Amino acid sequence: MNFDIAFGQYCEGNSILHRLDPRAKIISALIFIVDIFIAKSVWAFLLLTVFSLMTAAASRIKARVILKGLRPIIFIMVFTGIVNIFWFKGERLLVDFWFIHIYLEGIINALLIMLRVILLLMGTSVILTYTTTPLSLTDGLEQLLSPLSKIKVPVHEFSLMMTIALRFIPTLVEETTKIMNAQKARGADFSEGSLVKRAKALVPILVPLFASAIRRADELAVAMECRCYRGGVGKTKMNVLKASLSDAACVLVFILLGVAVVLINKFASGFRIGI
Amino acid sequence: MVRAEGRATPENKNGNENEYIAEFRDVTFVYNKGVTYETKAVDSVNLKIRRGLITGIIGATGSGKSTLIQMLNGLIKPDSGEVLIDSENILSKDVKLKKIRFKVGLVMQYPEYQLFDETVESDIAFGPRNMGLSEEEIKRRVESGARFAGLDFSLLKKSPFDLSGGQKRRAAIAGVMAMEPELLVLDEPAAGLDPAARREILGKIRDYRKERGTSVVMVSHSMEDMARYCDRIVVMNQGRVCMDDTPPKVFGSSEELFSAGLDVPGITKVAYELQKLGIDIGRDIYTVKYAADMLCEKYGLKASAENF
Amino acid sequence: MSNTNKANEAYEKNEKNEITESKKAGGADIIKAENISFTYDGGGSEEKVEALKNISFSVKEGSFTAILGRNGSGKSTLAKLLCMVLTPDGGRLTVDGVDVTSDETTEEDIYEARKNVGMVFQNPDNQIVATIVEEDVAFGPENLGIEPAVIRRRVDEALDIVGMRKYARHSASRLSGGQKQRVAIAGTIAMRRRCIIFDESTAMLDPIGRREVMDSIVRLNRDEGITVIMITHYMDEASLADRVIVMDGGEIVMDGAPSEIFVRAEELWQCGLDVPQTTELLWRMRKAGLDVPLDAFGERECAEAIEKALEKAAKI
Repeated sequence: MNFDIAFGQYCEGNSILHRLDPRAKIISALIFIVDIFIAKSVWAFLLLTVFSLMTAAASRIKARVILKGLRPIIFIMVFTGIVNIFWFKGERLLVDFWFIHIYLEGIINALLIMLRVILLLMGTSVILTYTTTPLSLTDGLEQLLSPLSKIKVPVHEFSLMMTIALRFIPTLVEETTKIMNAQKARGADFSEGSLVKRAKALVPILVPLFASAIRRADELAVAMECRCYRGGVGKTKMNVLKASLSDAACVLVFILLGVAVVLINKFASGFRIGI
Repeated sequence: MVRAEGRATPENKNGNENEYIAEFRDVTFVYNKGVTYETKAVDSVNLKIRRGLITGIIGATGSGKSTLIQMLNGLIKPDSGEVLIDSENILSKDVKLKKIRFKVGLVMQYPEYQLFDETVESDIAFGPRNMGLSEEEIKRRVESGARFAGLDFSLLKKSPFDLSGGQKRRAAIAGVMAMEPELLVLDEPAAGLDPAARREILGKIRDYRKERGTSVVMVSHSMEDMARYCDRIVVMNQGRVCMDDTPPKVFGSSEELFSAGLDVPGITKVAYELQKLGIDIGRDIYTVKYAADMLCEKYGLKASAENF
Repeated sequence: MSNTNKANEAYEKNEKNEITESKKAGGADIIKAENISFTYDGGGSEEKVEALKNISFSVKEGSFTAILGRNGSGKSTLAKLLCMVLTPDGGRLTVDGVDVTSDETTEEDIYEARKNVGMVFQNPDNQIVATIVEEDVAFGPENLGIEPAVIRRRVDEALDIVGMRKYARHSASRLSGGQKQRVAIAGTIAMRRRCIIFDESTAMLDPIGRREVMDSIVRLNRDEGITVIMITHYMDEASLADRVIVMDGGEIVMDGAPSEIFVRAEELWQCGLDVPQTTELLWRMRKAGLDVPLDAFGERECAEAIEKALEKAAKI
């Protein structure tokens, strides 16, 4: 199995977006989400779409990869789209059959809602997951949340937990495959029989897997103690995140985008999204 | 001439039809198919495994030996070619893989990590129970499996998680031996054990073959162990079989072994050095006792019969 | 991989022995154990297991000691005591000047000693904390609160020493076992430790991985002057050390230079250990009445010893 959560959806690269500070990217992504949700006017959506396409181009990630990333949400998109077509009441009636009434506005509204979902996913994945490793994401989050540790929120512990989880997922996936094969070799069958029978068949996999996870955790704890770990107090970092001018500029761009969206909402005429 | 210890003569009483327990016909398996770095883990392998013998498969890491043995019970399916067990193609649609897995018992690397049940006894019974045997027969098999693997009966009622490392290894091997397969396949059965435990486990496997006549295929990194316990040696290099012969022939051809990224046992090197000094006991030396016996025979000394 | 390689190793080994010999003379004790013992009290129902019985020994700074013994001989318990994961029940244990067994010793003292004495474990997967190689190497120095720029330099140096610099940005889970162990070694070097304990660190590796790790260990001791204590059951690895301690049943049964230990073939067999094949051959020839020395480890030396003895016995 060629599965590596260490890099998650991360696409190797060296674009402007790749080089930005993870904290700037996290903040920008949050602002972008807000921008999308305050957009009402169809023109605002046009602006956001153009902007998203520009960011995608700036990330230098292949269009194929981005489109592939959208595949899992096709169903949700189509579903919400269809629901909206039937529910929305407008002025220009297109279809009037028995209890089905479809309005032109309904179709436009549905399209905008689908566009909103696409923009949400595309924007956040291009800004964050495709261009940032999970590790630096964790790092960024830890530093952004570090003020919370003053009020006794275990930010460091949480971030270490994330790091270790990321580190051990590939190991455990590999181990699961191995244990499954070993039990299959002893005649175990995971694909036949009733639901209860199949659930029972999982016991020979889950018990060794848990046993091994506990053993690993135990050994890792000893290893960490031997490496002088004693919590976040007094700990330094090799890679210190340094925000540069471009990071500030990035955040500013997304704020300005929001301002533009608000202005367009206020002054532009034309269709407005219903939900 | 004196032969090395414990080497039974091949027992091929059944004639040609039944001489081979397993066969690979032009088998190829590709990893990471379609990706730029796709690699042929197993590359057009033709190989016959003899019935009733211990066949050792050696090769450097990544030579494809682990992939090859996982094909014997259908855990890995080749991209092309045929795998035959008892002259039956296990890849054909009307063959039930589950049946094949009872016939070919596979012990994976570090098998102790597969133990799961409340007691050692019920864990060993897992395989036999999946075979749908009667309770009586299961009980008999658990006991015979434990005996063959050298597991003390007093441990059967314990939790497998309370055993020591070496005992866990035995319990896991017992679980496969209890299925009484016709072909027992082991991937590095002695990995990580100390020398005494190594010798004991490998000795138990040899005894099992001797008593039950089971064919055995074994993978190991230790040339010394392979030389000592195997009747035939298959050498793999970059997914291909480059040698398939008796231990003296294989360890006698050091150049081929070196080019496969392998070494010869230390004692074989001593034989080369002796030859250079004009003391010729041949180059097909692969166990210490055999070397000592040959030297003693040649120079009229009385060889010690002790064994370790 | 080849004959010549092995031979080179042997020559290097001899050279190294001379160097460490001189080092030994001036070295202070980094570890000193006096009558230490340890018992596992199996938690109620289980009977108690006396893992270590009154062990005394000391390790000089800059030396390379191998501890041999079968499973259950107490060698891994000893390793846990030396890196202060466990505390002895009785006796006195001093690590890097800190008396671990004294009541006056505080957590802080132990922490100070731990800065200098580290451990590399058996399972390479269970000691790597971070996903990316260099981040993992940096974990120790980060815990010590060292300046970021200094950590950077140390991490690069440490990765150079174990030959893993080009994997610095790689994902640790994709490395081979031998490479993972070298990352773990780099993690302890980057903390500038003076003594590293290896607890069967090669047991789970294939021959190539074992060789990579052994090369790194030898280099640490020879070039960096780091004290090495290596727990193993491989004889060929122990032969690289300048001192071998053999344990059995929770006690030290032999202690000396490899050449002094390996000739005691019968005792080693009794301890569940092996001797090199060359030694076994010489031992067998000796049993057959040939007057050969037992301490010719190299294949060529072994063959020469047999030739000489046969000549002397007027057989050739």
